[in-house]
Amino acid sequence: MRFNIYRYNPDVNAKPYMQDYELKDIEPGMMLLAALLKLKEQDETLSFRRSCGEGVCGSDSMNINGVNGLACVTPLSDLKEPVEIRPLPGLPVVRDLIVDMEPFYHQYREVKPYLTVKDPMPEVELPQTPEQREKLDGLYECILCACCSASCPSFWWNPDKFLGPAALLQASRFIEDSRDQALSERLEALEGPFKLFRCHTIMNCVQVCPKSLNPTRAIGNIKKKMVKNSL
Amino acid sequence: MAEIQRRKFDTLIIGAGGGGLRAALKLSDADASVAVVSKVFPTRSHTVAAQGGMNAALANVLPDNWHWHMFDTIKGSDYLGDQDAIEYMCRAAPKAVYELEHFGVPFSRLDNGKIYQRPFGGQSQNFGGDQAARTCAAADRTGHAILHSLYQQNIRAKTHFFDEYFSVDLLKNDEGHVLGALIFNIHDGQPIIIEAKTTLLATGGAGQLYRTTTNAMINTGDGLGMALRAGVPLQDMEFFQFHPTGIAGRGMLITEGARGEGGYLVNGDGERLMERYAPKAKDLASRDVVSRAIATEIREGRGCGPNKDHVMLKLDHLGEDVIQKRLPGIRQTCMTFLGIDPAEAAIPVFPTAHYTMGGIPTNKNGQVVMPVKDTPEEVIEGLYAAGECACVSVHGANRLGGNSLLDILVFGRAAANHIITYLKENRYHRSMDENAVDKAMERFQRWDTDSGKAGESVNVIRDELKLLMEEHCGVFRNDEVLQQGVEKIEQLAERLKNASIGDHSDTYNTARVEALELENLMACGLATMHSAYARKESRGAHSRIDYPERDDKNWMRHSLYSFENGLDYKPVRTKPVSVDSFPPKPRVY
Repeated sequence: MRFNIYRYNPDVNAKPYMQDYELKDIEPGMMLLAALLKLKEQDETLSFRRSCGEGVCGSDSMNINGVNGLACVTPLSDLKEPVEIRPLPGLPVVRDLIVDMEPFYHQYREVKPYLTVKDPMPEVELPQTPEQREKLDGLYECILCACCSASCPSFWWNPDKFLGPAALLQASRFIEDSRDQALSERLEALEGPFKLFRCHTIMNCVQVCPKSLNPTRAIGNIKKKMVKNSL
Repeated sequence: MAEIQRRKFDTLIIGAGGGGLRAALKLSDADASVAVVSKVFPTRSHTVAAQGGMNAALANVLPDNWHWHMFDTIKGSDYLGDQDAIEYMCRAAPKAVYELEHFGVPFSRLDNGKIYQRPFGGQSQNFGGDQAARTCAAADRTGHAILHSLYQQNIRAKTHFFDEYFSVDLLKNDEGHVLGALIFNIHDGQPIIIEAKTTLLATGGAGQLYRTTTNAMINTGDGLGMALRAGVPLQDMEFFQFHPTGIAGRGMLITEGARGEGGYLVNGDGERLMERYAPKAKDLASRDVVSRAIATEIREGRGCGPNKDHVMLKLDHLGEDVIQKRLPGIRQTCMTFLGIDPAEAAIPVFPTAHYTMGGIPTNKNGQVVMPVKDTPEEVIEGLYAAGECACVSVHGANRLGGNSLLDILVFGRAAANHIITYLKENRYHRSMDENAVDKAMERFQRWDTDSGKAGESVNVIRDELKLLMEEHCGVFRNDEVLQQGVEKIEQLAERLKNASIGDHSDTYNTARVEALELENLMACGLATMHSAYARKESRGAHSRIDYPERDDKNWMRHSLYSFENGLDYKPVRTKPVSVDSFPPKPRVY
């Protein structure tokens, strides 16, 4: 199977280039990550992040044949040859397929992604009904792989001003949590033309999310809450 | 070389999984200055992959109390667990869960608004009676929910993170005080000395020792290697847990919660195989028991598939609703990796390397202890360990499902509490030992220098190590196989000394990280193989065909392996804190 992979090591290369690789012995059911690991055995300098190998840790996000995804849950059999692999777009490249995620993490921290309870805490759990808890399904499962934000044109143009789909999904996760007591502050913090409203419902985020989450719907729900809150 | 950068903190925490983050949160909230050093971004730590849940006797579903939980844990440990630490953990469990809930963990809920709990293996009511339901769960993504919530709370607490920095070695002076560690920034390869009054190792287990494993690629036993090199022995390393239900041939974990929700194992003849091995608890017997049962069925020719090399886990009778609500994560995993929907078809499974019961010996405050002269447990000042890298020992010879998340949270917190007290009494940093810095720098630079001739590659040696551990230190062991294992791994360790890498770049050099990881993994392998060869009995996860019985008279004791002294032993702490001791009994499920 043929691969065409983005290479750049600032210590050695003046500029990035694409390198061809070939791999024999492709086993049925093999994922892209397994292929990359085999290529790394041939060429130790090929660099990428990886860890759990089953789509839970969010390390091995990259751009695969033009679409962002996790290498460990992308079957080789789904890919057209040569498989073109590039780092996530819109984030500074550190080396090869490794990008600097800090702009993405910064926006995540911006939404104050932690439960805020102002009342005194009980000695046991805060009660929550199964229905209230169900509202968090589709929101809490995010693995911070950045596939969504790095596929969003609004985030590409304004990574410092637009929070991006991942951070907004997190905002929604706390806005929807029946235990959270910072609703007004959270909604007010999202006002203005950029933070939330730069989302133009292009929906690339929904297309690429490896956990099948729907940031666009979450953003829509935040907007509805804003209207309701302002009445 | 230019002067190495130095940073000073009250506490250095190495590892940002659940144990490290729980401790960091406690310390940051107590206004201690904390540096958390992690080779991956915190939410990518392996806690994220924990599925089924966390044990605590909340009694939300069935009657329960901490004392029953304590009994089950001791029995599960095959009486090798330390009863004072187990009592402490089981008593602390409900509070640990409520704290997590207050931090925001989205636990699944019961109709009355309380936290959902499911049955798990080895759990009983009333000291061995009916099945209990003790495992608090957020669907089958409990580890993810906990790790993310803890990281989020650390954002609030403004904990100082060193993300994607690799820890090379502990820095220790001649009096035995730990003064911090040498780390380096993976992004630019620059070393930094972290000076700290206290250092907590929370680096997780060494599941990458085995070829087929449920563990992430980062689980290379880094803290265990650092401890051994600092002269600290590793305890009970022969006890390595094989999870009964990894996806056959691939290793992805299928939570014990699948059996907790009513799933069961079937052999090639279509029989419910666990009825033969654990007539009462059946599929919810302890993990060591279920793993041996599956291995035995396959050895005796009753496996499934054309090669009869696995058994099947059946969930399709549970209904799509239960599977989608309670087990959505493993459903997704099965569809991705097998193209099977467990709501419709059974899952092929096989016992898969999962958990390091052994580790760095600590007391129940998380302080690292080691034998000095006649004292078996002398405290090493300033050094702490918590979670899978530590051996308190609450898991003894076999860990119960649901006790791992509990362990990291209870002992991450306990270590932080002790550190807070220690910091009040030790207000100043001790002066750095420059010899220790030089030694650590030597290890760091070892892979940088190109001697001109290429040695063996790291991945060849790593593959051999994993295969040899699988063949010589698996579910069933005997004298001959282990003796060969010891010889082979000693040779392999020698070969590693002459290995080399083909990348000497400073920028995000993953080849160098993998080489340093392999050194840690090799140290863990040596400790595991030597300890297993020496222990001539069967207990918990250590199953010797040539010594099939547990031998309490000679072997109810902890192994300690060190590079300096080889093997040593110390007694099990059989006296709990406040209740009567549970004496060893035959273990039936």
